[in-house]
Amino acid sequence: MLAYIVRRSLYAIPILIGVNLLTFWLFFVVNSPDDMARMQLGMKHVTPEAIERWKADQGYDKPLLYNAAAEGGDKFTHTIFFDKSVSLFVFDFGTADDGRDIGYDIRQRMWPSLMLAIPVFVIGLLVTITFALLMAFFRATYVDYAGVVLCVILMSISALFYIIGGQYLISKLMHLVPISGYDGGLSAFKFLILPVVIGIISGIGAGSRWYRTIFLEEVNKDYVRTARAKGLPERVVLFKHVLKNAMIPILTGVVVTIPMLFMGSLITESFFGIPGLGSYTIDAIRAQDFGIVRAMVFLGSVLYIIGLLLTDLSYTLVDPRVRLS
Amino acid sequence: MRLPIRLTVLLAAIGLGLWLAPVKVVVLWTDALVFLLVAVLTAFVIYMRGKPHLRAPWGQVIRRPLAAASLVVLCAYVVVGLLDSVHFREQLSAQAGTENNEIHYSVEVLSLLDLLATPLRTRLEKSYSAPLAAQLYSKETVTLDDGSTARIYPRLDYGGAHLDDPASQRGADIAQRSLMALLFGLLAWAALVAAWVAWLARRHGHGFRDELQAILRGEADLPWRSIFATVGALILFIALALKLGIAYHLLGTDKVGNDVLYLSLKSIRTGLVIGTLTTLIMLPFAVLLGIMAGHFRGWVDDVIQYIYTTLSSIPGVLLIAAAILSVQVYIANNPELFETVVERADLRLLFLCMILGITSWTGLCRLLRGETLKLREMDYIQAAQAFGVGHFKIITRHILPNVMHIVLIAVVLDFSALVLAEAVLSYVGVGVDPSMISWGNMINSARLEMAREPVVWWSLIAAFCFMFLLVLAANLFSDAVRDAFDPRTGRG
Repeated sequence: MLAYIVRRSLYAIPILIGVNLLTFWLFFVVNSPDDMARMQLGMKHVTPEAIERWKADQGYDKPLLYNAAAEGGDKFTHTIFFDKSVSLFVFDFGTADDGRDIGYDIRQRMWPSLMLAIPVFVIGLLVTITFALLMAFFRATYVDYAGVVLCVILMSISALFYIIGGQYLISKLMHLVPISGYDGGLSAFKFLILPVVIGIISGIGAGSRWYRTIFLEEVNKDYVRTARAKGLPERVVLFKHVLKNAMIPILTGVVVTIPMLFMGSLITESFFGIPGLGSYTIDAIRAQDFGIVRAMVFLGSVLYIIGLLLTDLSYTLVDPRVRLS
Repeated sequence: MRLPIRLTVLLAAIGLGLWLAPVKVVVLWTDALVFLLVAVLTAFVIYMRGKPHLRAPWGQVIRRPLAAASLVVLCAYVVVGLLDSVHFREQLSAQAGTENNEIHYSVEVLSLLDLLATPLRTRLEKSYSAPLAAQLYSKETVTLDDGSTARIYPRLDYGGAHLDDPASQRGADIAQRSLMALLFGLLAWAALVAAWVAWLARRHGHGFRDELQAILRGEADLPWRSIFATVGALILFIALALKLGIAYHLLGTDKVGNDVLYLSLKSIRTGLVIGTLTTLIMLPFAVLLGIMAGHFRGWVDDVIQYIYTTLSSIPGVLLIAAAILSVQVYIANNPELFETVVERADLRLLFLCMILGITSWTGLCRLLRGETLKLREMDYIQAAQAFGVGHFKIITRHILPNVMHIVLIAVVLDFSALVLAEAVLSYVGVGVDPSMISWGNMINSARLEMAREPVVWWSLIAAFCFMFLLVLAANLFSDAVRDAFDPRTGRG
């Protein structure tokens, strides 16, 4: 088990190197730091001195990959690539364009993101599985049909509409909760309740329909027929036998997303003014702060790889037939 | 005439018309790709017509009433999108002062849809006005005839301009126009249905009444009831839009006075282009790499798996953001490459499609790899290998046809997700160019309008309805396609 985890973690290194090379190429080779400086400072009336000053401030005034002017090992370490990309491996994210420490910001903003993402994930999963089980219980009846139609309708609505509509209806017309904002401690509840509910509702459609097909596939298998033949009521068959076996395909899709909860939800956080990592990312994209975007790309990849590893491990927990090798 | 000949004649006629008209045809990158896609699809359809085993599942799709109705809606969207994909620049009338009779073309790039919707496009108001209103939405200080000033709701320049006293006449006028539209719509619909049924009856060798009764009872070969009902709803909407849209702004106007109905119609092309071109771009990679990984295994498999794991480990939105930011810098630094704003926006749209394609091919690639791994152990492929059939031939003759259903299902399922993604990306600021009309941009600006007092709700609702209808139709249709083609769900 431990050997497996270590080996899988080693596999992650070439992938992270690939991610890093890709972002480095996108941010520094496709567009030179000069282009970026000109963009940041305004396109016209930019003097070469201003560009040089901006590059020096940002630490972009070194050669990209190889510094011929430096001595010894510094030939490779005094470069943009070493400063900006290699340092990510030790989770040193550097500073943002406004001079703040990105690593500190990420640690601070992680908590509001989790406060929003964890309830959405846990309650959402329970609600969608319950809904899907109900549809499977009433399969091939009008209840099932209406449920599927409802799912298709729910998933045809853009997430933006759920948020805009919910904010308008609940906050602006009914004044039940504040429109946006955030507060630490227990008072965060009144700011979080609406985004959590909206997050759950917007996920019901696609999730339930997906789980319903998984359940229906499982329902037609031999062991279910056996269970029915020995006289178990449909309720027990569904909740004890089918649910347990359907957990395997459900886990494949779900576990990989757990580490990604740290990244927060981009649009929900920015609409509701929650100071999490999602709104951090959006603000960085809008302000074209490449340092933050690079850090978030790296963080996201690390979390994704952790998610893949967790998925494999979770298989052994739910399915004894799976052996890790 | 046979279908290919008819199509050729139609295309030739359109080409000739454009060539003769005093315009300069502009072929945008996405236009070219859209027409390439249409050509590919047409070839596919013609190829399938002669293959009963390929026609059977499609027949199963189309016999579902919901899928048939969805197809009608999708076709309506596609027609609007195609009309909006033929671009040209109008010739400017010769101005005094220009020498040697040089022909100049307007910098404004128009499409056939713009031409058809000229009344909607050109009747600009000053600012917001509600649907079917005759006055602006907010009060303005106006100097009256006697020299005094007053805060009133000014009349619109075009909406309800034919009324003398909007306060008393508007309701009656709208009611009358709606009734007329309903009447004309119903008549047109009845005529169309009658002609169609007559044609069907002749083809089947039935009497008109027998055919009509069979259709009404739902016993015909296709679910004509739901098709006709959908067509009827579309015709009624078009009639209403024509009758009311000429005299009023049917869906109101936005901040700078653009007709919202026009904006919603223009957005259709953006949505369709993103939903289809992305797939067109990513499909060759996904199919080729997925099958190669599964078929050759060994180091080829390792390399391909490495590529897609790396790409899929980057959160999609961030990769798109990074790439679009780069493109943005490139476009900003090379303004001389683009003759018009539309061409610039179009290039960005194309890049967006490419990047979305890059981020979305990994899932399909993984599926195809798994399926190919399974297929290559099958007896018939083992046999082919034993006979010494080459890799290329095994892939194209034996593997590709047997994974096509996966490709098809992925394509139709992706479409609606991509249309929805456009809105979110435009909100984040890495979607289409801000100058391009799209549902995402409409929703984005509507967000601020919802905070106004009183609320400006109509552009949001319009974008919502147009987008919802497209995505819903696409989802219902893709459901039917999946049920028909996925062997796991069983046929029947």
